[in-house]
Amino acid sequence: MLNLNAPREWLRGGVIVAFAFIVGAAAAARADDLQDAQQLFKSGHAQQALERVNRALAANPREPQARFLKGLIFTEQGKQQEALDIFAKLTQDYPNLPEPYNNLAVIYAGQGQYDKARAALEQSIRTHPSYATAYENLGDVYAKLASQAYGKALQLDSSNAGAQNKLSLVRELVREPTPKPVAAAPVAKEPPAQVAAVAPKAPEKPAADATTEVMQAVNGWAQAWSKQDVDGYLGYYAKDFQIPGGEARDAWEKTRRTRISGAKSIQVGIDSPNVTMHSPEQASVSFRQTYRSDKLNTKSRKTLELVKLDGRWLIREEKAGK
Amino acid sequence: MRRFAIALAAAALSWAASAATPEDRLSAVFEAIEANQPDVALKRVDGLIADYPNFRLAYLVRGDLLLARARPLETFGNVVKTVPQERVEGLREEALARLRALRERPTEDLLPRYVLQLNPEQKHALVVDSRRSRLFVYANDGGKPRLVADYYVTLGKNGIEKTREGDQKTPIGVYHVTANLPRKKLTDFYGAGAFPINYPNEWDRRQGRNGHGIWLHGVPSDVYSRPPRASDGCIVLSNPDLVSLGRQLEIGLTPVIIADEVEWSDAPALEAERASLAAALEQWRADWQSRDSERYLAHYSQRFAAPGQDFASWAAHKRKVNGAKAWIKVGLGRVSMLRYPRERDVVVVTFVQDYRSNGLSNAMKKRQYWAKEAGAWKIIYEGPG
Repeated sequence: MLNLNAPREWLRGGVIVAFAFIVGAAAAARADDLQDAQQLFKSGHAQQALERVNRALAANPREPQARFLKGLIFTEQGKQQEALDIFAKLTQDYPNLPEPYNNLAVIYAGQGQYDKARAALEQSIRTHPSYATAYENLGDVYAKLASQAYGKALQLDSSNAGAQNKLSLVRELVREPTPKPVAAAPVAKEPPAQVAAVAPKAPEKPAADATTEVMQAVNGWAQAWSKQDVDGYLGYYAKDFQIPGGEARDAWEKTRRTRISGAKSIQVGIDSPNVTMHSPEQASVSFRQTYRSDKLNTKSRKTLELVKLDGRWLIREEKAGK
Repeated sequence: MRRFAIALAAAALSWAASAATPEDRLSAVFEAIEANQPDVALKRVDGLIADYPNFRLAYLVRGDLLLARARPLETFGNVVKTVPQERVEGLREEALARLRALRERPTEDLLPRYVLQLNPEQKHALVVDSRRSRLFVYANDGGKPRLVADYYVTLGKNGIEKTREGDQKTPIGVYHVTANLPRKKLTDFYGAGAFPINYPNEWDRRQGRNGHGIWLHGVPSDVYSRPPRASDGCIVLSNPDLVSLGRQLEIGLTPVIIADEVEWSDAPALEAERASLAAALEQWRADWQSRDSERYLAHYSQRFAAPGQDFASWAAHKRKVNGAKAWIKVGLGRVSMLRYPRERDVVVVTFVQDYRSNGLSNAMKKRQYWAKEAGAWKIIYEGPG
């Protein structure tokens, strides 16, 4: 029984590639080459691993584990098409093995071919209904396909939404109020509840300390601003921060830099903040902002929309008022 | 043998698919969801999208069905707040409006209270229920309305009861189509064509309402339909729907009654109302012929107005004209009676008036607004039709 770890992670950060089937009738001598190749591959020597694998395959060209490993090595080396060919051929030669289907799907998904990825994963699960990795990946592929469908439904501009944003579309689910019916008269059965009923699991609850994390970010932002640490201050804004007035990011950053470093002193205070968690990765914070500088004193209500990206809470939108 | 059988099954399937409207098929998707058959639902919605690739609502449902396999859903249209929520909301409302229309069809014995009588030339009448985002088409069955089709429609962004130019609302009232603007004369925005209606009508003008350019029209080629509240006041249909509706419209004739929420009645009640008004109209005609000005003027309300005239000036003029005649004969033909939505017992009566007298004879199309005052029908407006 051999277990190989994935050369790289894909989506969700889960381990994708596991090769769990029993070695068939591989010749003992060649098994040494294969084991060496696996060791080399694990320790990051892909090219040497490939040489050993090729040696193993020269003796036994149909040997599935060696072919599988070769596919992994190609994947690691970025030779997608070669890897894809190997996994595809493996699914033909060994249609009962779930892993080649899974890896085929991962490559398809990497190329944005989610329909093909879905078909391969469904096949993988059909061969081994308990293969957890395929389920996990299939969930992600469904989410990707859903995201594409939502994009079409809402005519989202994929060029400026960006891949990350699109993924976040379906990841950061928010709790929404029940949609208003069009008219006051009763609707026999509202579709929202029925769609939701398809998957009856309870929604995830955001972590209890999430609001603390959010407030730490907001306070950090205000402190950086007060210290006139412009880089620190700008670092609190997400890449897709919605710049008021639709200015270009560069121009906006430049203006902020001039304003903040141009003042003799700045003091920003946050009073009576109110945090609302929309999802584990999405929050709004409303507060009263006091701003004091040598030039200007203001008090205003402000709302920040924050998102959690790579473990950090960042500002995506800044709104005046509640 | 086997191949042959498979081919036949496929042909039958595709025939069934083409016979059902996209709305029926959307409903079938939701039926599968209700029956807890998400795979069937997904298959159906995929088929719907294949045939109507611009049906955005179908994509939203597909998104939910796929996402449901990945994680629990929280609502209908599981899209985060970073995307414009009004777009999601618009699709949700469209889903509700369409499903509700299919599931709560008016039963056969229910008729809209507005269509009291159609004239023989009016082959159809349209009734719009704004709350349901629905347009009902009634055929003229010997003067009586019979429901023949109904369509999902988009109305004004800001709702109904248009009063001002640019308020992006759809008017409430009794109108008719005034022109047919074919696709080639329009930009893509109007889709398969357009049929303007006569907003503001005489009643709107009397209430000081303004604005113009309220049309029935189609949708741009990149969408199948638009959300329930999205137009600048126009009544918008999907292009296939506009094409089928267009075949039934007659310029200058087909009534378009736009109601807030349609009031329903039944045939006996409608007939009673029609008969009482028809009797008042006949009495008015007879009293005019009698040349007894006081009996004739008794049909007019104190709040009567005609173009450029109030009750006093109208009465003075009529007394003078009628008194000078040796004889008058009045014939009424092609009478239609349409109750005005939102108004309390106001009916728009249109007819061809054949007037003969010593001195002057003419035939003209006339429009009167009759209102019930203290239980009696009175004329509150009269002008050319």
